[in-house]
Amino acid sequence: MSTLSFRSAAFGLLLAALPLTAQAAGERVIPPELSWSFSGPFGKFDRAQLQRGYKVYKEVCANCHSASLLKFRNLSQPGGPEFSAGQVTALAATYQIKDGPNDAGEMFERPGRAADAFPAPFPNEQAARAANGGAYPPDLSVLAKARTYERGFPRFVFDIFTQYQEQGPDYIAALLTGYKDPPPEGVTLLPGQYYNTYMPGHLIAMPNVLNDGQVEFPKGPDGQPQVPETAQQYAKDVTAFLMWAAEPHLEARKRIGLQVMLFLLIFGGLLYYTKKKVWSRMPDGTPVH
Amino acid sequence: MSGHSSYVPKTGFERWLDARLPIIRLAHDSAVSYPVPRNLNYFWTFGGILMFMLVAQIVTGIILVMHYTPHATMAFNSVEHIMRDVNYGWLLRYLHSNGASMFFLAVYIHIFRGLYYGSYKAPREVLWILGVVILLLMMATAFMGYVLPWGQMSFWGATVITSLFSALPIVGETIVTFLWGGFSVDNPTLNRFFSLHYLLPFMIFGVVILHVWALHHVGQNNPTGVEVKNVAKDTVPFTPYATVKDLFAMVCFIFVFAYFVFYTPNFMGHADNYIPANPAVTPAHIVPEWYFLPFYAILRAVPDKLGGVIAMGAAIVVLAFLPWIDSSKVKSMSYRPIARQLFWAFVVVCIGLGWLGAMPAEGGYVIASQIFTVLYFGYFVALFVVGLFERPKALPNSIADSVLGTLQGGSGARMGTAVAAEPNAKG
Repeated sequence: MSTLSFRSAAFGLLLAALPLTAQAAGERVIPPELSWSFSGPFGKFDRAQLQRGYKVYKEVCANCHSASLLKFRNLSQPGGPEFSAGQVTALAATYQIKDGPNDAGEMFERPGRAADAFPAPFPNEQAARAANGGAYPPDLSVLAKARTYERGFPRFVFDIFTQYQEQGPDYIAALLTGYKDPPPEGVTLLPGQYYNTYMPGHLIAMPNVLNDGQVEFPKGPDGQPQVPETAQQYAKDVTAFLMWAAEPHLEARKRIGLQVMLFLLIFGGLLYYTKKKVWSRMPDGTPVH
Repeated sequence: MSGHSSYVPKTGFERWLDARLPIIRLAHDSAVSYPVPRNLNYFWTFGGILMFMLVAQIVTGIILVMHYTPHATMAFNSVEHIMRDVNYGWLLRYLHSNGASMFFLAVYIHIFRGLYYGSYKAPREVLWILGVVILLLMMATAFMGYVLPWGQMSFWGATVITSLFSALPIVGETIVTFLWGGFSVDNPTLNRFFSLHYLLPFMIFGVVILHVWALHHVGQNNPTGVEVKNVAKDTVPFTPYATVKDLFAMVCFIFVFAYFVFYTPNFMGHADNYIPANPAVTPAHIVPEWYFLPFYAILRAVPDKLGGVIAMGAAIVVLAFLPWIDSSKVKSMSYRPIARQLFWAFVVVCIGLGWLGAMPAEGGYVIASQIFTVLYFGYFVALFVVGLFERPKALPNSIADSVLGTLQGGSGARMGTAVAAEPNAKG
């Protein structure tokens, strides 16, 4: 993405800037299509996966990225990770939230409550940039819906019928494990740049943050983790979590959708036969056709 | 067509009211006894579908406004607040955003129906021009609505489209400053777009009333283009015939609408609009909503900025002159062997322009856009020329004759009717 001064962008955009920015976006590698529990007309989130994903988010992503649209209470709402209300209250209380001003006019810190938003790691964008070599880690709240790639003709038409719409999750999961170190021959990286196969233009300011065994997952009865503690698995789980964060009512939407479609089908069928009956005769009783 | 009112007040209250405000008579005459050509096919149900969509957009919109905050620093988060915290807010918002797309889908089918069956010809010129006015108002409303979530595509789409006005000589810069409420797209722009986005739908509603009034005065066109001659033989009363048919078509349309809303609600949108507006970062591709793409392609096809703006405007305004451009007296293209092929070529050109509008403005795409732009306007020229020498097929004597197959005009005309009326024949 190129940064243009605002005035020149406003006036020069139409013919000049479009091809220019298109080139600046660089070549893209299409991420592989993964299978997600929430895809398709009957899709649902996998609670255990969302809980694991939250753990990865909390221990890894949240060090640099905010997710300011999320509240702790969301974690116990139906259709999400569905932690218990008690777990959420206890979790929120582990954070110190800045509040105020109090009656003396001073800001103060208090333990978090379920109604609080996820606290951001940096007080403002400038602080975030200063701590990250000038790059701003984007807010993760709706990121899974804010990333995509061109599907192209005719695939975008098929997508209507297959309901494929997981470009964002596919891209994020691929990006998180798409680092090449050292970079391919001929690519020189500036300090603070990393090479990622799936990043448009391949240069990314975020280092590889997911390593095997880095985040501990819940153990089964045999003392072994239920899923492998690998970077691949972390990437998938945290991506599922981000998809829920971006679309917290996805399950309700698909569930209600099925009811609506069935209703319309039955209602439409009844109307069809009513129409046929009405249109079989003219008002004077002669056939219409 | 409206003729003598058949309303008979049945109760004392109805008689009392009818003498003072004949509103029940109005409803009865326009929605019950109003005569409808008996040979209408399903393309004629889109008027009713559009009425439903307009009301649906206004209702969902009014409720969304109760939760939305029109401010540059809060708009994006207030939309997310609707998506997350408002009861069924996600449903309202997806209904409204997909509803805009469905509204345009229906209106484009409605317009192409009018083009094919010559619904713009006498005595329906005013009816048709009112329709073009509605289309323009719809475009303005949809454009300003897309700005309200204040995402990247909102912001940059607003920047690109509003700065088009700067191409106008002398007054251009002043108009742009006036639209922006300042010297760049910013909070004042969002505020005035919000205000106008709330106002324009009601103006559409007003013009729709005129549109329906004009329609009920001149009567509906029909697939043969032959006017009603005998009300008893050629028409059926609106209720129950048209009512139940429109309702059935509406439910089918809502099925498609609901499919998008519930199963792939962001298909018509753009991912970049989930990134908050940022004046410092230009998106890689600035693409308008799909329903603007053909006009966007025409805009970019002309190398000169002012020329592009004029061409884009002309592409819509030329429709209003169709009643006088089309030189043929025959309305329905079912009976016009050459014009019919032109029509289908025009449909292909419009879809092609839509595709080109989504492509980057470079290399072969620009050349293709230029060719298709010429073809777009060429349709109107060709329609004028063809009408001068085209030999139409024999028209049926009446609507009833065309339906009952008692034709005098030979097999050619009969085939034409069969093609045109096919959905009806099956329904």
